[in-house]
Amino acid sequence: MNPAPSVILFTVFSGAGFGFLAFLGAGLVDASGWAAFGLWFLGYALAVGGLLASVFHLGNPRRSMRAFSQWRTSWLSREAWAAVATLTLLAPVALSDWMGFNWPRSWGLLAAALCLATVGTTSMIYTQLKTVPRWHHWITPVSFAVFALAGGAVLSGDGRWTAAMLVVLGIVLPALWQIGDGRFAAVGVGIGSATGLGAIGKVTVFEQPHTSPNYLMREMIYVVGRKHAARLRVLAYGLAVVAPLAVVLVLPGGPARVALAALLHLTGVLAARWLFFAQAEHVVGLYYGQR
Amino acid sequence: MTCLPAHTDKKLGLAIDLDTCVGCQACVSACKGWNDQGYGASLSDQNPYGANPSGTFLNRVHSYQVAPDEGAVQTIAFPRSCLHCDDAPCVTVCPTGASYKRAEDGIVLVNEDACIGCGLCAWACPYGARELDAAAGVMKKCTLCVDRIYNENLPEVDRVPACVRSCPTGARHFGDFADPESNVSRLSRERGGVALMPEMGTAPTNRYLPPRRKDTLAAPALAPLGDFMATGLAGWLDRILGGR
Repeated sequence: MNPAPSVILFTVFSGAGFGFLAFLGAGLVDASGWAAFGLWFLGYALAVGGLLASVFHLGNPRRSMRAFSQWRTSWLSREAWAAVATLTLLAPVALSDWMGFNWPRSWGLLAAALCLATVGTTSMIYTQLKTVPRWHHWITPVSFAVFALAGGAVLSGDGRWTAAMLVVLGIVLPALWQIGDGRFAAVGVGIGSATGLGAIGKVTVFEQPHTSPNYLMREMIYVVGRKHAARLRVLAYGLAVVAPLAVVLVLPGGPARVALAALLHLTGVLAARWLFFAQAEHVVGLYYGQR
Repeated sequence: MTCLPAHTDKKLGLAIDLDTCVGCQACVSACKGWNDQGYGASLSDQNPYGANPSGTFLNRVHSYQVAPDEGAVQTIAFPRSCLHCDDAPCVTVCPTGASYKRAEDGIVLVNEDACIGCGLCAWACPYGARELDAAAGVMKKCTLCVDRIYNENLPEVDRVPACVRSCPTGARHFGDFADPESNVSRLSRERGGVALMPEMGTAPTNRYLPPRRKDTLAAPALAPLGDFMATGLAGWLDRILGGR
């Protein structure tokens, strides 16, 4: 699949944003007054900024409000509702932290759970697609949730939470790659079943239907750049997991440590998310003899 | 709502005969020609006369070669368009309700006025039946020429999809798969019509009629030419040069 910057930025930053908002909502970040305002602002900025990035993926962004209408069947519609509901429910918690109202934290815990549910709806947009076997697996929502919580933990500045969540990510990320690599073969589709000609014999492409790439090939058959996948995985793992973990374990706590760890981590997550799209093979590629 | 209808009264679709199709691309041209001027946004082209022409088409003709375990390799022209699936994943993923399946005849359509161009329906389709138009920013797909098949302003013979009407070899058949005695149902039954990529669980309406087995020749076609005995000047040259 085409790793469009809009969807990569959307999933990475809204994921990290909602993960961070979950930590703030649950009261796991110790801050009050203007410091709390700044942290909440950062959380909202990441989540809303990510959502805004997704709008640039649309062919007709003017009509984007219509995306709220089909929550009964569409995960994209559910995501729109979940995001708005979560950001609305979090507002009184943010206000309470900022102004020191000390309103009950149970409301914040509920909103924190909704943050994770929102990330879940984002992941289901991809997980629901049978046509992309790499995504159509429970490891996809698990990895999105762990990415979000790891991002949230890193931004929270809490050393123990950061270390714990990065270790979990360190296990889930290789699992995501390992499971994903075997998915296309596991589904058992091939050019034979795509064309229905497999019963006769071995099917190969004789001639392409058009001489230069079309929308399908640009959007769903992204072969370019996959050759660097192995090296990018090492880079993504090092930046998303190992480097921020080392920073948190070695450096003393403080805003500089948070900033450095977050920068390293989010860069690594961007690389991992680029791979999530670039390495995903759509079954339509079978018709073109490409994956 | 993008819920799929529980039942459609008709199941209009195509039976495509891969035995008869010669890959002439007439259906591709006819489809683009008709759908460029009627239903919804036109099918735009980008850089049509340049080095990298690209454009929106609702029907593409591939060609494949199939090598059986025994016998000659076959070349097969393979038209690919929307299969108007019963369990169409492109419909349910749509966030705006633009994508829908009609309860009366099973045709899958896009309400372009509600389409935000997110592309998710194209991602959900295993068959590459949907293309986002680069100029209009809305999703285009086969309408089964809904503006022809019910159009009483057209002569009755023309009330079929443009691809069917234009096919010079009669490889494309249009009809109602819900009626077991319709032309397409009978064809599909008699010829062992195939549903594409059943692993995807889409329950497509369209059927592909597989190519018939080719005849096998009793003797290799070129064998008699090898027994040719040259006479006269050619025979003399043949002997001199040690051909025999």
